[in-house]
Amino acid sequence: MTAAWTIENLVVRQGDRLAVNGASLSAAAGELVGVLGPNGSGKTTLLRGGLGLLKAEAGTARLAGHALQGLSEAARARLAGYLPQERRIGWNLGSLEIAALGAPDLPPARARAVAADMLERVGLAGFEARGVLEMSGGERARVLLARLLATRAPLLVADEPAAGLDPDAQLLTLDLLRGEAARGAAVVVTLHDLTLAARFCDRLVVMSHGRIAADGPPATALASAVLSAVFGLEGGLVDTPSGPVAAVRRPGR
Amino acid sequence: MSGRRGLVLLAALLLAAALLAVMIGETPLGASDYLAALTRPGSPVGEILWTIRAPRVVMAGLIGAALGLAGAALQGLLRNPLADPGVLGVSASSGLGAGLAIALGLAAVPGAIEIAALVGALAAGVLVVVLAARFREPETLILLGVSISAFAGALSALVFNLSPSPVTTAEVLTWMLGSVANRDWPDVAMTLAPASIGALLVVWSARGLTMLTLGEETAALSGLPMARLRAAAVAGASLLAGAAVAAAGIIGFVGLAAPHLVRRGAGEDPARTLLPSALAGALLLVLADLAARVIPTEQELKLGVVTALFGAPLFALVAWRAARSWRA
Repeated sequence: MTAAWTIENLVVRQGDRLAVNGASLSAAAGELVGVLGPNGSGKTTLLRGGLGLLKAEAGTARLAGHALQGLSEAARARLAGYLPQERRIGWNLGSLEIAALGAPDLPPARARAVAADMLERVGLAGFEARGVLEMSGGERARVLLARLLATRAPLLVADEPAAGLDPDAQLLTLDLLRGEAARGAAVVVTLHDLTLAARFCDRLVVMSHGRIAADGPPATALASAVLSAVFGLEGGLVDTPSGPVAAVRRPGR
Repeated sequence: MSGRRGLVLLAALLLAAALLAVMIGETPLGASDYLAALTRPGSPVGEILWTIRAPRVVMAGLIGAALGLAGAALQGLLRNPLADPGVLGVSASSGLGAGLAIALGLAAVPGAIEIAALVGALAAGVLVVVLAARFREPETLILLGVSISAFAGALSALVFNLSPSPVTTAEVLTWMLGSVANRDWPDVAMTLAPASIGALLVVWSARGLTMLTLGEETAALSGLPMARLRAAAVAGASLLAGAAVAAAGIIGFVGLAAPHLVRRGAGEDPARTLLPSALAGALLLVLADLAARVIPTEQELKLGVVTALFGAPLFALVAWRAARSWRA
């Protein structure tokens, strides 16, 4: 079966530096893939390069088997939805209007119906008319998540969807993305929280200096050797009744 | 206030302001005079109303609408309530075109100043389109626009500076101050043509402006043809602003003020501020021109001076609020 997203040996230059230096990534339908790595390791650049937002020097990216270059803007949007890390919203639109922007391909009434469904799915039923700039940061993040879900794309890519959220909202966000994978979408998220990554993701891709340092199920991708080599941390995953927990410390502490 | 009711209210206010502006003037007229003007357009009273006052009022409204629409489009495009045709250097560049034409002695050639002003605006517009495709961040585009504006201003000053004739200097100065005095129907028609094309382009780009609310990256992957929509918005706004400068010189702050005034009623969706901003811009400029005519001063006030007097403090107020919300 064709993967929803295949990135092969991608190289992306940013200024003098190769931010992504020969990285490969794939995501299949029904799979929740976590991309981990220290700040500046190239996670966001890999996602952006793999979606065609940045020009790649080398390598290929395919959506559902189609080379990115050959896809029209509309075709690309049908195959992939993207939630950037930046949550700044320019104007104070209602949350339903924002969520409906995920479906510009639909007639307005239909787009609003889809948006209302997605707002309900993220727990914001009743907030449809609320201005997004009057909402808390956590609520706004959920509206943007609803916008991503409203794309109904077979590949959902979310950059740091849990950043800056309280613990409950972090769990809710990953539960929702987990649910989208269960519905058959391929979901790729970047994360910094090793415990969240280990608990929710089927597979983890660990980046270091623009390259892939590990790719596999959480137990192997977050093995002690990887944590030490990539993050410079000691420790590893510990199984608990509520799932694995990353028990890590800086060396010598 | 809902969007539709707001539009009807704005249109009614505009109509009332336009009627008032046509009725008020140096020559006091009575009810029988208006009847005479309607039945016999060629009569002396008809001449005053149809060839002096009406085209001036229509021109003020048209230019206000063009500037209001251009401002709304640019604010949506740049996600910035401070954007205005002045910000992207379109007005300054257009003024430079007009100034050059005057300095070259082309003032006597019919239409030469207007065409030079339009060429200047389009040159800045094309430059902005090219730069906008290269630099996607709104801040960068604004800074580049400020540079274009400053450079065009410097070149205009150079034209002044090197101009051998004090008459030329006075003419360029008049242009820089902005006015719709002594405009006739052919002038209106010459403004209407480029402004209509600009308005169509801006209206076509509306869904792109709304999508840009979510930022450049989300818009780029939204499936909309963003490169084309963005180019249409910039080109349309340039044409609108250029047509306005070509017709009346540099009139500032209408493009800033109109979207600001309508947002409370129409909401902040850039697509939904377009039409109300055009109406509000027209209303503002009809009233400002009426003020310029009726405020008793030894020399008639220039329209651009009136708008700047009210507009500059408003600019400061909007900047103050925007800076506070950006910090938050």
